[in-house]
Amino acid sequence: MPQNETIQDLGLDEYKYDFVTPSKPVFQTQKGLSEEVVRQISAHKEEPEWMLEFRLKALRIYQSKPMPAWGGDLSGLEAVLDEIYYYVRPQDRMGHSWDEVPQEIKDTFEKLGIPEAERKILAGVGAQYESEMVYHSLRKEWEERGVIFDSIEDGLRNHPELFREHFATIVPPQDNKFAAMNSAVWSGGSFVYIPKGVKLETPLQAYFRVNQERMGQFERTLIIVDEGANAHYIEGCTAPVYSTESFHSGVIEIVLKRNARFRYTTIQNWSNNMYNLVTQRAMVHEGAHMEWLDGNLGSKLTMKYPSCYLVGEGAHGEILSIAYAGTGQHQDTGGKVVHVAPRTTSSIVSKSISKGHGRASYRGLLKVHEGAHQARSNVECDALLINDTSRTDTYPYIEIEEHDANVGHEASVSKIGEEQLFYLTSRGIPEDEAMAMIVRGFIEPIAKELPLEYAVELNRLIELEMEGSVG
Amino acid sequence: MSDAPILKIKGLRAKVAEEDIEILHGVNLELRKGEIHAIMGPNGSGKSTLAKVLAGHPAYEVTGGTVRFRGKNILEMEADERSRAGIFLAFQYPVEIPGVSIANFLRTAVQSHLGEGQELDIFEFAEMLTERMEMLEMDPSFAERHVNAGFSGGEKKRNEILQMAVLKPTLALMDETDSGLDIDALKIVANGVNKLVEENPEMCVLLITHYQRLLDYIRPHRVHVMVQGRIVQCGGPEVALELESEGYKSWRELEGAAASGPAA
Repeated sequence: MPQNETIQDLGLDEYKYDFVTPSKPVFQTQKGLSEEVVRQISAHKEEPEWMLEFRLKALRIYQSKPMPAWGGDLSGLEAVLDEIYYYVRPQDRMGHSWDEVPQEIKDTFEKLGIPEAERKILAGVGAQYESEMVYHSLRKEWEERGVIFDSIEDGLRNHPELFREHFATIVPPQDNKFAAMNSAVWSGGSFVYIPKGVKLETPLQAYFRVNQERMGQFERTLIIVDEGANAHYIEGCTAPVYSTESFHSGVIEIVLKRNARFRYTTIQNWSNNMYNLVTQRAMVHEGAHMEWLDGNLGSKLTMKYPSCYLVGEGAHGEILSIAYAGTGQHQDTGGKVVHVAPRTTSSIVSKSISKGHGRASYRGLLKVHEGAHQARSNVECDALLINDTSRTDTYPYIEIEEHDANVGHEASVSKIGEEQLFYLTSRGIPEDEAMAMIVRGFIEPIAKELPLEYAVELNRLIELEMEGSVG
Repeated sequence: MSDAPILKIKGLRAKVAEEDIEILHGVNLELRKGEIHAIMGPNGSGKSTLAKVLAGHPAYEVTGGTVRFRGKNILEMEADERSRAGIFLAFQYPVEIPGVSIANFLRTAVQSHLGEGQELDIFEFAEMLTERMEMLEMDPSFAERHVNAGFSGGEKKRNEILQMAVLKPTLALMDETDSGLDIDALKIVANGVNKLVEENPEMCVLLITHYQRLLDYIRPHRVHVMVQGRIVQCGGPEVALELESEGYKSWRELEGAAASGPAA
């Protein structure tokens, strides 16, 4: 894109993916959540008995837990939860080849650029349309190397032992109210297994969108990275705009066995009426290395704190996150690292941008347990405010039970200054472009970690969001 | 009318935008094509304010007078428009823009200087940038560094001159570019400015400085002395030499006399 293809040309004030493809769900539950709904979901998926029992137990936990009193404002949520459909299935079975995918779903993918991505062989495309994987391809060479990249339902069906051994061990339903809800009604998501010593050069990519109004999305992803394996998983997410409130609550569980390396990248751009409450956690064993790279744009409220439990000696966890909050949006994001074993190391870098009346909060927990000798951690959070009305808060919680832990924390808040803007405009750069340039520079440390096409997309989204911020 | 001045300032008055403190009390100045002028004066005399007002800094408000640049009233123009019209301010204190490389910044700036529908040829740009950096004896890796982030004082000033060399202005306002430069860096910077002036016979330079030192390397046609928001003396290069030996003492006395005079 030429540098001066300005923000106006891109028409950024319209939500980029604001289109709806009419779809005819084959099956959907009634509105709201009940035991009956949970039984229907499980029956419809033809699940084993243990999974039904698990779901029902999770439902009881969900019903017994109060709404969280911390984080963002959830007061409008209860009414939303009674009005949504907890399960919608657009198609009877998954397509394994492009030809099997129905035309209207293809149309949606077309608008999102999925076929293009496929043509570029961006690796396996696991695309979630509404609640189910409808199209899922895995490059042949991976199959030959024993890599499993399936829908979560197929994971349960085809790899029952591997599935059951790990499922809900990292994020149990008791963890929090929304993890319990997800456990009761989960549908869709990915099941990934990378065998011992297998190193994947190309990232695994999943792309999904919430398409139907008032439909909650409860994706559940389970990733097992075996000893010495190395992979990168990318999830991009976008939702169309609706007038009524919408809800998304996912659970992502990742296990890294000894000396494994894994990176999980998400760029989420939800429509502005979405409650987005996600629990994502990695269990990092001896010598393993986990990285979360997390970008949050859009939504009404996002509460999301990717976490690493460093349970093996020398394990390393890294969380890089970026949040953008415009008017009417609250991004309550950050990260959580728990050091359990000796000589574990971690780093959290969080950057947020607030514009208009937007609010971005950093919420982080760093915990060093007794016995985690010589743990080292560094936390850095930087906030950029675009307008005088923008807001940012920082809630860093640090709990240290080991005397020889080495922990650093730095926080900064800056406002786009008149001097910076004057400097750039005095070189002939128009003010809105100058503003976008400063913001791009601010997120550069994170954008440079993204694959090129995602970095371009992120920059473009930010540019669009910056439109009209001058004045 | 080839002899029309490039810059004509008449009775310019300006104040800090949000306060009622007038800093420029009626400045008159004229630069003809190819001329280099120096403005000298004590701290707080309004020299830097004059430079910023000419470049369109939003923190200042013009309360009287006119400024014409190539016959056009620039006071109606925003800072970016003035830049595209050919005015360049080399900052006294350049700010940091973290995460933005000099190459990217300059490419955006050069692109914005092109007319509508014109697209910058990236290869030509890269070639031009390399050539300009060689002229200023800069390492090519400099272009990949983030704008002014972690730069030494000297590097910041050199970066200003690099931008000037790339944007090729008709009017360069240089605000204390010599401060913070050692003698070697000063020579390189002065050399660069002289080359730019040679390249473009129209180009005018307004040097703002405290010291004669810079004027040994960039020779001004005219030297103005500014005190308390007014130009109080004009002359040839000899004025700078007089100031060097006598200081601003005599002007301070004059100020004192003005202050004790009848209130306006």
